[in-house]
Amino acid sequence: MLPKREATSMAERSPATRRALWLVLSLVFAFLYIPIAVLVALSFNEGGLPTAWSGFSLKWYVSLTGNSEILSAALNTLIVALISTAIATLLGTLLAIGIEMRRQYGKGLEALIFAPMIIPDIVLAIALLSFFSMLNLTMGLHTIILAHVVFNLAFVCSVVRARLKSFDWSIVEASADLGASALTTFRRVTLPVILPAVIAGALLAFTLSVDEFIIAFFTAGAGRASTTLPMQIYAMIRFGITPEINALATIVMAVSITALTLSQRFNRGIIGQ
Amino acid sequence: MAPALAWLTALMVVPCALVLALAFFRRGTYGGIEYTFTLENFGLVFDPLYAGIFLNSARIAGTATLIAVIIGYAAAYAIAAAPRRLQPVLLFFAVLPFWSNYLIRTYAWIVLLNREGLVTQLLRWFGYTGEPPSMLYTEGAVIAGLVYNYLPFVILACYAPLSRLNPELAEASRDLGASVVTTFRRVILPLTVPGIAAGAVFVFVLSIGNFVTPALLGGGRFQMIGNLVYDQFLTANDWPFGAALAMALIAIMLLVLMAQAIATDRASGHAAEARSNVDG
Repeated sequence: MLPKREATSMAERSPATRRALWLVLSLVFAFLYIPIAVLVALSFNEGGLPTAWSGFSLKWYVSLTGNSEILSAALNTLIVALISTAIATLLGTLLAIGIEMRRQYGKGLEALIFAPMIIPDIVLAIALLSFFSMLNLTMGLHTIILAHVVFNLAFVCSVVRARLKSFDWSIVEASADLGASALTTFRRVTLPVILPAVIAGALLAFTLSVDEFIIAFFTAGAGRASTTLPMQIYAMIRFGITPEINALATIVMAVSITALTLSQRFNRGIIGQ
Repeated sequence: MAPALAWLTALMVVPCALVLALAFFRRGTYGGIEYTFTLENFGLVFDPLYAGIFLNSARIAGTATLIAVIIGYAAAYAIAAAPRRLQPVLLFFAVLPFWSNYLIRTYAWIVLLNREGLVTQLLRWFGYTGEPPSMLYTEGAVIAGLVYNYLPFVILACYAPLSRLNPELAEASRDLGASVVTTFRRVILPLTVPGIAAGAVFVFVLSIGNFVTPALLGGGRFQMIGNLVYDQFLTANDWPFGAALAMALIAIMLLVLMAQAIATDRASGHAAEARSNVDG
């Protein structure tokens, strides 16, 4: 049999087709990046107005550091993201190992793990709001953390599972046969193999948590004490465009994009999930 | 494994079941919930006033889906045709914006479309002197925001089958005398339907339940189901009706997922046919 040939690359197409394809790509990337680029550029605009460029300045970033509301929201976001990521990484990894080790699992289990990724945010948000208020639970950062673990756990689990698909379970048996305890086997055999995926999953969970708005908004409870950064941004946007939002938005985007790029480095192809 | 499943059960399954139950109760006179069984919340969903909002949401979500699929498919096609080593990089940068904050991506469109925004500036630069056009707070702005936010996922979903496409099939089809259009319609398209269906379902489901984009880019003038649910829980204080609306949203989602499964299923039949068309 002949070896399978590579897909027709641009090089083999006619110049006209090639130009058309590059044109499509340029237009799509312009559409995707121009709105973000404008925002970032304006955050460095001395005058702060979209109407005229009046020189490069970091003053809007400096002014953020004096805004106590934004600083406390940033701290809240960090607390929620770190704790929910830690819990979700632990539970999600164990879940992934549990499922892949047994190999046999029902459709119900699959649906349960898939649900948090597909259920509309607003539905999960009102469900948790109803649930917490029915339990008479005072809402705050802790309820946001409980909620964020739900979807973070599902994402971590799917990233780790993808890695475990090619895992050779016989080496786990071999380790046990050689007298290693379950914990030692996990620490010395399983964990080293899945660690990149676990880190990638954790970084993904962290990003999702930092950016999540709707569920946090519904489960934060009354008062400003547990406002997270996206909630703060939403409130600010509703009042209009300010140069401070541009600066804040640029920082938040930089954080998510860095975490995601790192995640991608740890685990090739994670974005495709 | 057990702690994770317990977590999902306690904080997803139980709350969702609670919402389902809530939808069958009556709203108390002063807000709150009265625990008597009723079906009137679901009746209200079909009330012309609310049914209109459902249809409106479906229309806006449908338009956004159609546009996103057309642009996303073209982009995915171009990426799949790019030199092999460039493809992962192009795909990564196509998807990257999707992982930045949703609110910020929506806000970026307020910056572009407001009366003194970049679009108005550009028009002036080209010599336009009239009143700044009102682009923000229109249905078009809502659709643009939805397309912008969800496009990366369509690109990703369509790229998967396009990159796996065996080029010999298209070549064979053309050798057999089919035009480029026929080859696309009869060979390439059927083989890539699963990607299109996955992308379309994603955009439609997320758009129809959205409340942030209509609130920010529609200026609250374009009520969608998401906004309606939001209002029942946070302003109107009619939780049972809000719960019924949320269940309607889930029902729509399940219907769309079923349609996707059928489309994908059919496509695998067509795909076999497409293969036999060129093989035979």
